Amino acid sequence: MSGSFDILVVGIGGQGTILASNILGEACLIEGRQVKGAETHGMAQRGGSVESHIRIDGMFGPLIPPGNADLLISFDLLEALRYSHYLKNVGKIVVNRHLVLPTSVFTQNLPAPTQDEIIEELKRHTLCVFDADKMAEEAGSPLSQNVVMLGAASPSIPLKPESLIDAVKRLVPKKTININMKAFELGRKYGGTC
Amino acid sequence: MGRKYLLGNEAIAHACIESGVDFVSGYPGTPSSEVIDVLRVQPDRSYYVEWSVNEKVALENALAAAWCGVRALCTMKHVGLNVAADPLMTSAYTGVTAGLVIMSADDPFAHSSQNEQDTRCYAHFSRVPCLDPASIQEAHDMIPEAFSLSEEFGLPVLFRPTTRICHSKGDVELGEPVAGLRKGEFHKDPRQYVVIPAHTRVLHKKLNGKQPALRKRLVERGFNHYKLQGKTAIIASGIGATYVQELLPEGVSFMKIGAYPIDEEWLGEFVKKHEKILVIEELAPEVEETVRQVAGCVPILGKKNGYASYEGELSLTAVAATLEKAGFLKKNPFPSGDSVQNLPPRPPILCAGCLHRGSFYAIKKVFKDAVYPSDIGCYTLGLQLGVVDTTICMGASITVASGISHAGDPRDVVCTIGDSTFLHTGIQGLLNAVYNGANITVVILDNRITAMTGHQPNPNTGMTACGVESPPVSLDALCRACGVRYVENVDPYDITGMINVLQEAKKQKGVKVIIAKQMCVITARRVGVKRGRYRVDSEMCTGCGTCIRFGCPAIEFADEKARINDLCSGCAVCAQLCPVGAIVREGKK
Repeated sequence: MSGSFDILVVGIGGQGTILASNILGEACLIEGRQVKGAETHGMAQRGGSVESHIRIDGMFGPLIPPGNADLLISFDLLEALRYSHYLKNVGKIVVNRHLVLPTSVFTQNLPAPTQDEIIEELKRHTLCVFDADKMAEEAGSPLSQNVVMLGAASPSIPLKPESLIDAVKRLVPKKTININMKAFELGRKYGGTC
Repeated sequence: MGRKYLLGNEAIAHACIESGVDFVSGYPGTPSSEVIDVLRVQPDRSYYVEWSVNEKVALENALAAAWCGVRALCTMKHVGLNVAADPLMTSAYTGVTAGLVIMSADDPFAHSSQNEQDTRCYAHFSRVPCLDPASIQEAHDMIPEAFSLSEEFGLPVLFRPTTRICHSKGDVELGEPVAGLRKGEFHKDPRQYVVIPAHTRVLHKKLNGKQPALRKRLVERGFNHYKLQGKTAIIASGIGATYVQELLPEGVSFMKIGAYPIDEEWLGEFVKKHEKILVIEELAPEVEETVRQVAGCVPILGKKNGYASYEGELSLTAVAATLEKAGFLKKNPFPSGDSVQNLPPRPPILCAGCLHRGSFYAIKKVFKDAVYPSDIGCYTLGLQLGVVDTTICMGASITVASGISHAGDPRDVVCTIGDSTFLHTGIQGLLNAVYNGANITVVILDNRITAMTGHQPNPNTGMTACGVESPPVSLDALCRACGVRYVENVDPYDITGMINVLQEAKKQKGVKVIIAKQMCVITARRVGVKRGRYRVDSEMCTGCGTCIRFGCPAIEFADEKARINDLCSGCAVCAQLCPVGAIVREGKK
C-alpha cells in the first residue's frame, strides 16, 4: 500500500481545479516529496463535471480509489455530493457554498437537490462549507476563488503553509500574486476554524 | 535539469527535446495533443514542427524526414493511426535512416474517443516495435531509447502511452535539452524507397529477419524484466504494471512488459518456473496471447477466461478485484464505495455563446423531419440538441449523408462537419457526393480553429503551429472547386439569416454547402472580443421555456421565469428566439 495522502479536487470545467492541483503538486516538489496526480482534459472539460486527483507521497498510480481520499475539495456543492464516495469514513470535505445547477435540470426538467439538502447529506463527513466566492472578492478578484479554497483546506493538508504559499507565487500570473496571497490567507484563517 | 511536476505529455515533449528531435508533425487528438502544443511554443526551438492536416499526411512527412537522416516524431491519438495505417504498414518495409517515433496515444474507457482500440495490435500487425510505458517517468525515459532503438534496427518505433499516462501528473526527473535541426539529405536508393513488387518482396524478408534480434534486444535494454519470488506469478504491462506493483502480495513473482514483440523463449523460461500465472493489461489481450502460446500446461488467468475485462480502463480497485478473483489476494482492500444516486448529470456541453448552438437550432427549425449525420468535434455535443444522428470517424458525415441519400431514404439529409474535420478527411466525401449526384445539405461549422482538442490552428486559421502567418484556405472556393453549385456563407449568430439560407437550400436539388462561420467563443474571449451581456426582463418573461429549450448553460429557470447567469457571452441568439422580446442587452430598458 502506498501510504499517500490523497486529495480529490472537483468542480465544473473552467473553475480552475487544474491550477489548484498544480499548486499542490508544486508544493510537494518544494518539499522534495513524491507526488502523483490525474486530471480531466479534452471533451470532458466543456462545462462538465471535472476531477483532479493528487496523491501526496504517491509512489504508484495516479488515481485515488473510491473510499480512499483523505480530503475532498469541491468548488460546487452538487459536485461535492457526486464525488463524496471517494472519501474515507474519516475524510474531510472543504466545499464552496455555491450551487450551479446543470443545464440538464432545465432542459430535461430533472429533479435537483437544494443547497440545504446537499449540505445535510455532506454532514456524514467532517464538513467545512463557506462562501469562497465572497472571500475571493474580498481578496480582490473572483478569480482567486480556487486559491481561497486551497487556503481553507490547507490546515488539513500535510504540507507546510510556506511551501503552499511559495507554490502559489510560482504558478499564478505575476500581476495577481498579491491578490492570491490575500486569498490564501483569508481562506486559511477560515479553514483553521472548521 | 532536475525535478519538475509535469503532465505526462509535457514530460514526453521534454524527452523529445532531450533526444535532439529535428522534425515534429502530428494531428491533434485527445489524449495526445499537448506534446506538440508544448513543442510548438518553445522559445528557442531547434527543430521543425507542424500541425499537419491529418495523421496520414503527418506520418508521411515525418517518414520522409527520417529517410533524410533527421530524427522525427509524429503524434496522434489511437484512431489517428487508422488514418496513418497505410504509410505505417509499408514504412516497416522501407525502414528509416534516423529515428522515427510514432506516438499513438490510446484511450481506455474512451474518455474522449469513439472506440477503445489498442495500438499494440498495430505494432503486431506491422511488425514494428512498440514501447508501452507504465508511468510518466518511464514515458519520459523511453523516448530517447525509442529514437536509438529506431536507429539501431532501422525501423519506426510505436510509442503507446494511455490517457492515464498522458493526462496524469507526477514529479519527473528531466535531462538536459539537446539541439536538433540537423540538415537532412535524401540519398536515392530505389530498392529501399520505391516499393514495386520486386523490391517489396525483398524488403518484407528483411523486415521479418529483424524480428529475432529485436525481441532479444528489448529484454537486454531492460524494457521487459522480471523478479522471481514464488511459485505463482503476475505478468503486467502499461499502467496495469504500476497498479500491480502497489498491490503485489509477498511470494509472488512479477514480470513487467514494457515493449513488444516479447521474446518468447525468454518468456517461456519464466512461465515454466510457475504453477499459475495471472496477466494484467489494458484493452486487447496482447500479452496474454503470447503467454498462452508458450504456456504449455501452466494455467493462465486473464481476459480469455473471465478473470479480467476486455473493456474499459484499469484502476487500483479493478486490479485488486482481479487479484482477489484469481486467488492472489484474500480480500480486495478497495471495495468500491457507493456513489450517491439520482443526481442530475453534468455532462460536457457546448459553451454559452457557442456558434454551433445557433446552427443546430436553425437546422432543426428548417429541416424538421430529416436525418442528421455529424462528425467529430465539439459539435458532436449537438447530440443533446437532437441534431446528431451518426458519428463514426473523422470525415464521415458527408460520406454517411450521401450513402443515406443514395440508399433511398425519402427524408432530407443534413450533415454537419467542423472546419478542421472537413480539411482532415471531409473534402474527399464532398468531392464524391458531387461526382455521384447525392442530394444532401452540408453545413460546415466553421469556427476557424481545432477547438475540442485545445484550440490548435489549422489551414483555415491563417496561422501555423508556431504562430507564423499563413494564407487561410477559402472553404468557399474549395467547395466550388469540388463542383458544388450552391455554396452560401452565413453568420450562425444571425438566426434569421441562417434560417433563410437553409430554406433556400431545402428547395434545391444536389449537394448544397452552407458555411456557418463565426469565431469559437473561447478564442474570441482570448483575443479580447467583448460583447455586452444579456438579461431577462422578468416582467415581460411569460415563462414559455423557448430559451430554455435552446440549451444554453447561461440560461436558468426558476419561479416560472428564465434568468441569464454570468456565463453569458453576448451572442444574442436567445434574444432573437424569445417570442415576447423579454431578453435584452444589459444596461438597456
